[in-house]
Amino acid sequence: MNRNDEGAPASWEVFLRARRGLAHQHVGSVRAAGPDTALAAARDLYTRRGDPLSLWVVRSDAVHAASPDERDPYFSGARHKPYRYPEHFPPLNDKGPEGDHDQ
Amino acid sequence: MNARPAVGDRPEQATRDATRAAGTTTAAPPSGQAHSAASAGQGAGQDELLAHFDALIEQGETIEPRDWMPDGYRRMLIRQIAQHAHSEIIGMQPEGAWLTRAPSLHRKSVLIAKVQDEAGHGLYLYSAAETLGVDRADLLDALHLGRQRASATFNHPALTWADTGAIAWLTDGAAVINQAPLCRTSYGPYARAMRRVCQEEAFHVRQGYDLMRALCKGTPEQKAMAQDAVDRWWLPAVALMFGPPDTEAGGSDARTAALGAAVSRRAMAWGIKRHTNDELRQRFVDQCVPQAERLGLTLPDPAIRWNEERGHYDFSPIDWDTYRTALGEDTHWARRRIDHRKAAHDEGAWVREAAAAYAAREEASGAPAGPAADVHRQTQEERV
Amino acid sequence: MTTTSDQRANPAASACPDVDLATHLLRLGDDALVLGQRLCAWITRAPLIEEDLALSNIALDLVGHARALLTRSGRLDGTGRTEDDLAFTRRERDFTNALLTELPNGDFATTIARQLAYTHYACLYYEALAGCPDPELAAFGARAAKEVAFHRLHADRWVRQLGLGTAQSARRMQQGLERVWPYTAELFDEDDVVRRLAATGAVPSPAPLRPAWEREVTKVVTGAGLTVPTPSWTAGGGRSGLHTEEFTDLIGELQSVHRQFPGGTW
Repeated sequence: MNRNDEGAPASWEVFLRARRGLAHQHVGSVRAAGPDTALAAARDLYTRRGDPLSLWVVRSDAVHAASPDERDPYFSGARHKPYRYPEHFPPLNDKGPEGDHDQ
Repeated sequence: MNARPAVGDRPEQATRDATRAAGTTTAAPPSGQAHSAASAGQGAGQDELLAHFDALIEQGETIEPRDWMPDGYRRMLIRQIAQHAHSEIIGMQPEGAWLTRAPSLHRKSVLIAKVQDEAGHGLYLYSAAETLGVDRADLLDALHLGRQRASATFNHPALTWADTGAIAWLTDGAAVINQAPLCRTSYGPYARAMRRVCQEEAFHVRQGYDLMRALCKGTPEQKAMAQDAVDRWWLPAVALMFGPPDTEAGGSDARTAALGAAVSRRAMAWGIKRHTNDELRQRFVDQCVPQAERLGLTLPDPAIRWNEERGHYDFSPIDWDTYRTALGEDTHWARRRIDHRKAAHDEGAWVREAAAAYAAREEASGAPAGPAADVHRQTQEERV
Repeated sequence: MTTTSDQRANPAASACPDVDLATHLLRLGDDALVLGQRLCAWITRAPLIEEDLALSNIALDLVGHARALLTRSGRLDGTGRTEDDLAFTRRERDFTNALLTELPNGDFATTIARQLAYTHYACLYYEALAGCPDPELAAFGARAAKEVAFHRLHADRWVRQLGLGTAQSARRMQQGLERVWPYTAELFDEDDVVRRLAATGAVPSPAPLRPAWEREVTKVVTGAGLTVPTPSWTAGGGRSGLHTEEFTDLIGELQSVHRQFPGGTW
């Protein structure tokens, strides 16, 4: 790899907590030589508007992933367990299609 | 399962290398080979993968980076996203030239914020393109070497301050019309980037209109400057922001229209595009005519007239041959834009080298390792 | 003895605290305006697209500081001039920025050296200003200090990366420091205007901040394997409107459109 090329430095995934009460959400990526530069680039790129609470950057190659389309065993079970969802069961009373919730 | 070196939005390295060429040369071998082979190796045949892909498109689902996708789909996306990113970066130049001359501090602030957004949009889009296995460095090289292009709209000079307003009102206005449907484009990272871009572009168009309105309400000289800028930017926006004609309504000859139509059909079938170029072009004209009237500016096309029957404004057919001649790659302004970009890139090489050398040195000197060091954070409290 | 044009126009004003404060805020505002103007020229020319973004962020903040400071100055000096009157209709000799802020961009290292000197100074000064009795000014100081602190991080990071990067970048960074260092002393100059203001406690003087500034920049520079220059001369004159020749072009460009359309509204 030619390090002189623009964009050649490491890739970092950017996670942003936009508001209180929200989890950090993946918003995109930046290229940067090191973590400080990556944070600064992420700040300039992804927080120009609003008043975000916190930023994470993670080296893209430090993320380990699995996705259902690769037929990973990870996801095979989820679809076939309807009993994990409230709709699988009759509502607690007859008020409406949603029923009254459990609280 | 395999541990993959990316947050799902980045193909594995082998694939990335295999696909790198795809973004930079049109004659590259099919880019998804390594990818499809890897997936197919898990027991699914090519037909089954294609059927699954087609079904997702059919259902209006998004395609995500690690999904299998046809090579043509990947190539079309890389081409379109790269061209889009390049246009943002090259598009900074005509307005950027006026940053130091903005006539009020308010306008200076607004213009800095706008040109800055364009750099940001370029980066969002390069980041989206990289999820397809190409590298930004290669895309920029392709731009610098003329293998990929930015929109020819920006191969026009911004001759006066009013040009910054006309560019924002007309070309950004055209971009919003073009881009709004792309927020629902079938490729996930592209759609997400476009949602960010569109939110921000709305500010660009409004400030452009506001700038023009201030000029129209100002001295006769200011208004004349505004009219002159509209005279020069109207046709580039109509003709070039929407791509080549893809129906005969676009004013082209049948052959050009047929060529454009074939490309658009493919893109629409894949859910990359949602409307024809000519349909969007009409939408743009319909939107601008009343805005120009409110400003008291004349759009430089005597044929513009409301057509009751069609429910649209008529406008002159675009003389595509003239545009092809005037806006080939090798015009004065096309060269200027690329030379400016290349000069920045070349003169900055030593800075990028230094940053890379510094990072390598930090890593070698035993920067903190281990899982705890993998996430770097900055919170509001720590920020300053 | 400093003579600003305001004082020339109104010799009796020198004892009036409002006019002193106007003069002082105009200087700070001119610093921000002129440096912001210089940084604008980097946009589309930066070594990385990320730097186009970073430098425009900084320029945007600086123009914002200039607007607040010039507006307040125009209100205080009794002339009722707006931020735009002050930015676009004064002549070169009426600008009172420190010469450091008008130095040509040079290469990226020179720009970073200029940023290093200015941001460490401005951050210290705005922090001190945040403690002044005027609530509007104190609030401005607090906000500006926060923004400049981020610019300072940007400068520190680049000094380190260039200083410890390649042999070429280290050489250029050192040259950049040598180039701008003679102009840093002026930031801390104290004249009668500042002395009178500081004596009443209206605003802090920058002079006592110099040792802290020296400590901070020395730490950054030596941490980057570089040497703090010891210039044999120091520049001055900006506060009394005596500028570099390059400044004429800067002001000409800044004001060109505004001046071409007399009576224009923007």
